[in-house]
Amino acid sequence: MSDDRTLLEVEGLKKHYAENATLLDRLLGNERQSVKAVDGVSFRVEQGETLGLVGESGCGKSTTGETLLALEEATAGDVRFDGESVFEMTGAERAEFRRRAQVVFQDPFSSLDPRMTAGEIITEPLVVHDIADREERRDRAKELLERVGLSAGQVDRYPHEFSGGQRQRIGIARALALDPEFIVLDEPVSALDVSVQAQILNLLEDLQEELGLTYLFIAHDLSVVRHISDRVAVMYLGEIVERGPVDAIFEDPQHPYTGKLLESVPRADTSERGRRVDALEGDVPSPRNPPEGCRFHTRCPYAREACRAEVPGTYDAGVSGQRTACFRAVESHEYWESDPLDLDAADVDGEGSTAEADD
Amino acid sequence: MARDLLRVEDLSTRFFTGEGQVNAVESVSFDVREGEILGIVGESGSGKSVTALSLVDLVESPGRVTAGQVWLRNPDLAEEFPDAADGEFVDLRELPKGLRRSLRGPTFSMIFQDPMSSFNPSITVGEQIAEAVEVQRRAKANPRSTRSRTQGYGLASYLVDGVVPGRDYTEDASHERAVELLEQVGIPDPAERADEYPHEFSGGMLQRAMIAQALAGEPDLLVADEPTTALDVTIQAQILELLRDIQAERDMSIVLITHDLGVIARMCDRVGVMYAGEIVERGTLEDVFDDPVHPYTQGLIGSIPDLDDPAPRLQPIEGNVPSLLDSEMDERCYFADRCPKAMRDCLEPPGEREAGGEEHAARCVLVDHEYDELDALPDDYFEPEGGDR
Repeated sequence: MSDDRTLLEVEGLKKHYAENATLLDRLLGNERQSVKAVDGVSFRVEQGETLGLVGESGCGKSTTGETLLALEEATAGDVRFDGESVFEMTGAERAEFRRRAQVVFQDPFSSLDPRMTAGEIITEPLVVHDIADREERRDRAKELLERVGLSAGQVDRYPHEFSGGQRQRIGIARALALDPEFIVLDEPVSALDVSVQAQILNLLEDLQEELGLTYLFIAHDLSVVRHISDRVAVMYLGEIVERGPVDAIFEDPQHPYTGKLLESVPRADTSERGRRVDALEGDVPSPRNPPEGCRFHTRCPYAREACRAEVPGTYDAGVSGQRTACFRAVESHEYWESDPLDLDAADVDGEGSTAEADD
Repeated sequence: MARDLLRVEDLSTRFFTGEGQVNAVESVSFDVREGEILGIVGESGSGKSVTALSLVDLVESPGRVTAGQVWLRNPDLAEEFPDAADGEFVDLRELPKGLRRSLRGPTFSMIFQDPMSSFNPSITVGEQIAEAVEVQRRAKANPRSTRSRTQGYGLASYLVDGVVPGRDYTEDASHERAVELLEQVGIPDPAERADEYPHEFSGGMLQRAMIAQALAGEPDLLVADEPTTALDVTIQAQILELLRDIQAERDMSIVLITHDLGVIARMCDRVGVMYAGEIVERGTLEDVFDDPVHPYTQGLIGSIPDLDDPAPRLQPIEGNVPSLLDSEMDERCYFADRCPKAMRDCLEPPGEREAGGEEHAARCVLVDHEYDELDALPDDYFEPEGGDR
């Protein structure tokens, strides 16, 4: 699908949310804590492909999407869109980027203004960018409605008159209004029932093929990610732990977290019956105070002393293009010589943070 | 084969809202055997949660169970209330209200989707579980007094509370039992965690605590309504393991309600598929997953992307979940407007038919005869006249 032209390049992206220091903190001179939502993420998206960004809640996948679109101000790092640095764009350049890169949000109930008609919602981007007159905009709205599987006659209806799946179609039509090249799809189907979810996934695939779109598909549902993606990046606690071609990630995962994640998913098949899952223990540690070394070491069944002492880089493993942030991919690493970590002891270390694990 | 613990017959639940009557559950029948996990699967608005609430008698106004019977195996009660009895079974809907309530705990227990909103944020987790233990203990002593703190003890109690705010309702023994229960559901350092408040627990831990609370009365039947839907997939795996372990240890029955066919496949022996308030197909896991006869079940299975063997294209069900407003529901197969195989016969409400196999049944005419194109309804049959599509 891809013609190997890099459309988007993310390099060392960080987004930290500073917490307001209380008066007591100031008096005592305590350091201000920050939530490290995204902490050094790098990846590329090639022209015409779908990159799946997958992870559990609180891993920073949505923040990554918002930050690379400059909807949130990045703490550090760089994003290049078609070769230009997004964060350094000014005026007309930024406006052009805003036209070429769009976003579709998760919740079709809160992402549409209830007081605007479907037509007004879809053509609002045209108004913002001052494109076309009223008559042309209305025609464009009708055309887009038909494009996403609704009917032109619904142009004057309000969001409450549509079902969840239909609203998500309106959200997609709005994202298409400016003929973008790149769309960030932030959990676009997770609020929908499975039968409707399948309709929307098919629509997204059709649109990609016809319009040559490039997608960043953010989701927590591994089956959906496998279905739609060409390549996948797996996030854990603000970092990408593994990335690579979709089949390699799902059939031969190199990072223990990816493996555990895949094992946990219940398959809709009779062979699933009574399957014992060696479930990942404990909760995700707090992103305020992530574990030293490899962030996954507090829950990893293969953790050794080296994992606590050293932060892993990313290493080639498995097939070409597959990269993992685990020492186990490096044959000569001192990991293999170090002692296994006592997981129970590690649990005690992380205990204070387990309570805050959910966001 | 295990004996039946519960037999539900033609249960209907209606909601009488300002917009009209909503037929949330429509003549639902199934049975729950001793020591089995029965799955009920459906999409949002299919009536699966209301079915659960109807079972444990927790449907609240404007809703009401309007018809049907819920037969519980309980020889003692059957003897005491011969009018409501059928052999060893007793019809719960015919029992006095107070007695019905006293069955909640020792007979039924329920866990919900969202543990955060199921706990009181201002009382420690241990205290809330101890309270459940206390209620059960008092209920055993006197079945008529099963009130909990949240229901209050009248004006006198209210005044006393004003003066002595920290008054304890639970005894030390109940508190110890609560810690024991927390340990059984796999909460580390249960004695310390018992003194923490719900916001100090993670979602997975709080779901464990809710299970501990549900176990306080040692129920015969646990009704679990989407118990893992709010959780991440790795935490879901933990909770499902826990549910299966406690089910096996206590030989309880579980009714597991979910929208996730994967969860059903991992956990259940038998399954019912709900659509528009009806169970449209039921049978063993193999019947429903490998040999579905109802086009809705087939569509549901075709809609799910396969994790291990991705199909190039999904086969979704067209259209949307129907309205359950009585005034908008025609007397016909409720799935006909979305069904790729709708025929003239489908304009009559289909009864349930046996579909081969001891357990397998479906509400669909296709059980009796093959799809016949000559008999098919025109594609636009259900489009509103003068509609815009």
